[in-house]
Amino acid sequence: MLKSYIARRLLNSMLLLVAISMLSFLFLEIAPGRFLDEMRLDPRVSPDTIYAMRQQRGMNDPLPVRYGRWAGGALRGDFGLSLAYGVPVLNLALPRMRNTLLLTITALVLAWVICLPCGVWTAARPRSLAARLSGPFTSLLLSVPELLAAGILLLLALRTGYFPAGGMFSPGGRPAGTIRAVADASRHMLIPVLILTLAVVPLLLRHVRAALESASGAPFVQAARGLGIPERRLWLRHILRVAANPLISLMGLSVAGLISSSLLVDVLLGWPGLGPLFLDAVAVRDTPVVISVLMLSALFLVAGNLAADLLLYACDPRIRTE
Amino acid sequence: MRARLRLWVAGSVVAAIHVLIVFAGFFAPYDPTEQHREIPLATPFTINAKGDGRAEWFTTGWRYRVLGVVTCSRHLFGASAGGQVFVLGTDPYGRDQLSRVLCGGQISVLAGSIAAFLALLLGLVFGTVAGFYGGWTDEILMRLAELFLALPWLYLLLAARAALPDSLTPGQTFLLVASIIGATGWARPARLIRGLVLSAREREYVHAARGFGASHWYLLTRHIVPETWGVLLTQAGILIPQFIMAEVLLAFFGLGVGEPVPSWGSTLSYLRQPWLAVTAWWMLAPLLVMLPLFLGYHALASTLQQRAAAGSG
Repeated sequence: MLKSYIARRLLNSMLLLVAISMLSFLFLEIAPGRFLDEMRLDPRVSPDTIYAMRQQRGMNDPLPVRYGRWAGGALRGDFGLSLAYGVPVLNLALPRMRNTLLLTITALVLAWVICLPCGVWTAARPRSLAARLSGPFTSLLLSVPELLAAGILLLLALRTGYFPAGGMFSPGGRPAGTIRAVADASRHMLIPVLILTLAVVPLLLRHVRAALESASGAPFVQAARGLGIPERRLWLRHILRVAANPLISLMGLSVAGLISSSLLVDVLLGWPGLGPLFLDAVAVRDTPVVISVLMLSALFLVAGNLAADLLLYACDPRIRTE
Repeated sequence: MRARLRLWVAGSVVAAIHVLIVFAGFFAPYDPTEQHREIPLATPFTINAKGDGRAEWFTTGWRYRVLGVVTCSRHLFGASAGGQVFVLGTDPYGRDQLSRVLCGGQISVLAGSIAAFLALLLGLVFGTVAGFYGGWTDEILMRLAELFLALPWLYLLLAARAALPDSLTPGQTFLLVASIIGATGWARPARLIRGLVLSAREREYVHAARGFGASHWYLLTRHIVPETWGVLLTQAGILIPQFIMAEVLLAFFGLGVGEPVPSWGSTLSYLRQPWLAVTAWWMLAPLLVMLPLFLGYHALASTLQQRAAAGSG
C-alpha cells in the first residue's frame, strides 16, 4: 500500500521534472541572443573561429539532439559545461545550492518553531491580547514586500555594526578549524535567515491558526471536553493532530516561497547561494547554467511536496485507506 | 460596519495613490531624467540650493503628457527662477527623487496592472475551458498549470526574461516585462476559476438551460462566467501588488525597463550599494509610496474575500 502510494507520487514528480526540463530547454534554446553573439562584433575574431567554438560546445546540432544529450547527461549527474566559465555546471551549482539550502531549511524550521506554539496559543485563547494583535500584525507583515524588510534589516545591520551583513564568512575567507568556521558562518546567517523567516511567518501563522480553529469546532472536541480531557492535552494531542493535515501540505508549498525569497536575499546580502549565479547566468545568457538552476529549484519544490506527501501518509490514517 | 469602514479607508488610500501616479507629471516638479550634476545626493527638503529663489505653488516647468495625450507644463509646485526645490532630495546623478518616485510609479503600477489583467484573462479563459469541458482538455490544461506552479515564481520569471531579447526600446521592454509577468502568473487564478466552474456547471438552472437547448457560449457567458466575478476581483487585489513587486524586482536586478526611464525597481537599485543607502536614506523613497499602496491592496483583497465568504455561507 505504502509502496504503491510512494511509487505513484514519485512517478508524478518525475514526469513533472521531465516536462519542466523539456519546456525550459526548448524555451531557452529558441531564444534570440546567443552566448557567443557578442564576439561577432569583434573584428579580430573570424567567423570560422566562432563556428569552431560553437562546434566545440555542441551548439550547431539540431534541437532534439541537444536536448537528448543534455537529458542523458543530466540523468548521470552531468549537467553540461557552463558557457561562461567552461567548468561543469554542477561544480558551480552544488556548493551554492548547499548554501541556499542552509538558509532556506534553517528559516523553514525556525518559522515552524515560531508558528506552531503561537498558532496554538492564539487559537486556544481567542480573547487574549496576543490573539487579537496577531491578526493585524500578520496582515501588516504580509503586505510588506521582502525587499523592504531586507533593506531595513540590512541598513540596521550596517548602521549598528552588531551583525555582519554580506557574505558567508568574514573578510579573509573561511576561518581555519571547523568550529570557528561554523561560528562565523552562523553569525553571517543571522540577517538572511531573519529576513526569510519574516517572509514566511505571517502566512504560516494565519494558516496554523485557521486550521486549528476549524478543527476545534468538530463535534469530537466537544465530546472530549465533556469527558473531562484537560484543555492543554486536548489542544496538543487531539486538535493539533487533526489540524496537521492542511498544515503539512502547506509546508511543501511554503518551500516555494522560501526559494524565491532566498534568491533576493542571496543577491542583496551577497550570500554565495544560487541567486547570484542564476542572475549572472541570466544576464550573459549562459543557458546550461540557467536551465540547471531552474531544474534544481524545481527539484527543491518537488522534493518538498514529496516529503509533505509522505509525512501526510504517516500522519493521516484517512489517506492510507484510500 | 467595521468591514465597511476598512473598505472605505483602504479604497481611498489606493485611489489617492493611483491619482498621484496617473497625474505624476503634475505633482512632480522636475523631469525625472533631468540631472542636476552640481547638487548630487541633496538631502530632502533642500529648497533654494542656489540661493536666489523660493518654492512656489502652481509653477510652469517641464512639459509632460497627461494620460499620454494632452501636453501640459503646469505643476503643483516648483521653484521660482534661479531656485531649486528637492522635497525628497536627489540621487547620485542629481535627479529629483520625488519626481522619480512619482513617475517611476507609472511604469511599475501600469506594468503590474497590465500583467494582472493578462494573468486574470488567461486564468479565466483556461480555467473556464478546463472546468466546463473537462476530459482531456481539463487534464492537459491543469497539468500545464501544475508545471508553472512547480517552479519558484522568481526563478521562472527571470528565466523567462532570459529567454527574450534585452536590447529593446523602453516601450518594448515595458510591454515585454508586463506580458512575461502576466504569462507566468496565470496558473493560480486558472485553478481557482476551474474549481468554481466545476461547481457552477452542475447547478440546476444550468442544467435547465442546457435542457432548453442553450448553446455552450450562452451557458458560459450568461450563467457560468458571471459566477467568477467575485473571485476575479479578489484575485486582482492580490495579484496587482504581487505583480507590481515582480516588475520592481526585475528592474531592481537590471532586467526591467532600463535607465534613464525611472521605475521603482531601478530607483531602489541603490540598495545594492548598501553604503550609499545607509548614508542617503532617501534612496529608499519609493518604499514610502509602495508600502501604503500594498497595505491598501491587501486590506481591499481581504475585505472582499470576507464579503465573498459571508455572501456564500
